[in-house]
Amino acid sequence: MAKGFAVRREQVLGVAGLLLALVLPNLAVALGKPDLVTLGTQIAIYAIGAVSLDLLIGYTGLSSFGHAAFFGLGGYTVGILAFHAAGEPMFGVIPGATEAWIVWPLAIGVAGVAALAIGALSLRTEGVSFIMITLAFAEMFFFLFVSLKTYGGDDGLGFRRRNGLPGVAPRDDVAFYYVCVAALAAVLFGFSRLVGSRFGRVLQGIRQNPRRMGAIGLSTYPYKLAAFSIAGAGAGLAGALHANLLRFVSPDMLHWTMSGDFMIMVVLGGTGTLFGPVIGAAVMVLLQSWLAQWTEHWMIVMGPVLVLVVLFARRGILGLLR
Amino acid sequence: MTLLLEQMLNGLQFGVMLFLLAAGLTLVFGVMGLINLAHSSLYMIGAFGAAWAGSRGVAFPLALLAGAGSAALTGLVIEVVVLKRLYARDHMDQVLATFGMILFFNEAMAMLFGRQPLMAAVPGFLSGSVELIPRVPYPIYRLAIIAVGIAVAGLLYYLISHTRAGMLVRAGATHREMVRALGVDIGLLTSGVFALGAALAGLAGAMTGPLLSVQVGMGDRILITTFVVIVVGGIGSVRGALAGSLLVGMVDTLARAFLPGVLKSVMVATEADAIGAGLSSMAIFILMAAVLLIRPRGLFPSHG
Repeated sequence: MAKGFAVRREQVLGVAGLLLALVLPNLAVALGKPDLVTLGTQIAIYAIGAVSLDLLIGYTGLSSFGHAAFFGLGGYTVGILAFHAAGEPMFGVIPGATEAWIVWPLAIGVAGVAALAIGALSLRTEGVSFIMITLAFAEMFFFLFVSLKTYGGDDGLGFRRRNGLPGVAPRDDVAFYYVCVAALAAVLFGFSRLVGSRFGRVLQGIRQNPRRMGAIGLSTYPYKLAAFSIAGAGAGLAGALHANLLRFVSPDMLHWTMSGDFMIMVVLGGTGTLFGPVIGAAVMVLLQSWLAQWTEHWMIVMGPVLVLVVLFARRGILGLLR
Repeated sequence: MTLLLEQMLNGLQFGVMLFLLAAGLTLVFGVMGLINLAHSSLYMIGAFGAAWAGSRGVAFPLALLAGAGSAALTGLVIEVVVLKRLYARDHMDQVLATFGMILFFNEAMAMLFGRQPLMAAVPGFLSGSVELIPRVPYPIYRLAIIAVGIAVAGLLYYLISHTRAGMLVRAGATHREMVRALGVDIGLLTSGVFALGAALAGLAGAMTGPLLSVQVGMGDRILITTFVVIVVGGIGSVRGALAGSLLVGMVDTLARAFLPGVLKSVMVATEADAIGAGLSSMAIFILMAAVLLIRPRGLFPSHG
């Protein structure tokens, strides 16, 4: 009974959210606030990253503090391929690319493979060490891109136009918004199928009691590694979209505070839920833009808010509603 | 050869600095099971406290004390107000709450002191250099930092291994509930350990002031390096923190000093500079990965 109720609520939330997302551009025009579309795009992109992180934090019980690494790798894949498409091929052999159907899967793949490598090492530990190690490896990629002067180093790398999608005008912000919403919807659908599958059940079992999972004959390491890699790939997609939104990538995408922001979105919205991270991303983006209008010292408010949420609302916004 | 020795001293000095940070972080983790990102804020507050006191004409040793004291005081306040409630929570909550504190303290320092870096002067009696090795002048101030670090390490060893308070700390690290059941005021113990760790972080920040600029967010990068130290050394063990600090300090300094030069001998100079800079800043992470492959729990894992 309770479960049926929860499922219905999630469906209601999903349909309501989808409707809101679909009419947002019209709403923006009606309200005379065209920047709402950009905010909406931002939310959809961050939500993809946060949802993929929730697979680790909420479902598998892995507190990864290095999600920005994969976000940044996805972004830099887009930026670097655009850079080489406009100039010489990479190492003289690999041509650049600007078509979304080539670039985006590549971005997802690069982030996924990097996550596979980092995960293979990091998952040898657990608990606090895992948090510190994922943070440290993300910082390593941050330094790597800071030192790659060819690709702009500290200053980042801009490119002229978004990746081409058939039937989508590259300069059309509203069309790009819908692309991002569609990507988020696809990720959410895939995610709900994933956590409901046998694989997803195993992940949740690992979160609840890894020792018992071992006792019933499952080796937990490959499952955790697969989850880590999938989550990294998801962040790679978010990073690729983010690079397209700004037509610019910089080491800021890999900064450790970005990893922290993704964590905040997941926990703010509600860990281990389908729509929690989406709500968390929306609240985070809106709160930031609202507080930033109000005072340049918005972080002095954001910090304590975060502490209060952790202390008194640990199940997140979705938990408060329930 | 002399250059190598000089760089090794630099590595030792950086290692000592890392130890001051890592010792507090690992003690707090060992006894309270808390991962405290705001340790970097305490380091920053120590640096600002000392630089501010110094700019008011306070003598250098007293300015150091002011830095360590302000960090310890801030540490006590956040421990009592917030962190005490987090000891029993999972690490995720601890990370988020202390991340929120970093945002708060960074912004608070920016509002108090502005975003322009402060400069702290090397005190007169420690300025200049000595020829420790013939014909290689080495700054006295850096030697003084090394000396302070060694003194702190010795003091910590004495405190933890040979005093009653230290015994409680060790007992608390292995069986916290048992220590509580034996009638020890755990609250007092955790506050004391936390204030000690905060003071060490503040001292590190205060001593760094004259070497680097004192600015908002200065603790964030060194915090991540400290995490590498702790992972390499083994979490929760002060001995591991010492070994990890010296190893990481040495590897980082030597890689930055010599890797670009070594690469230059095998490739074009401009490329060697770029790749060398990248590789040398990644060196400690590669070290960490290597340690993880061989000993996943660090070089000196704490028992339990």
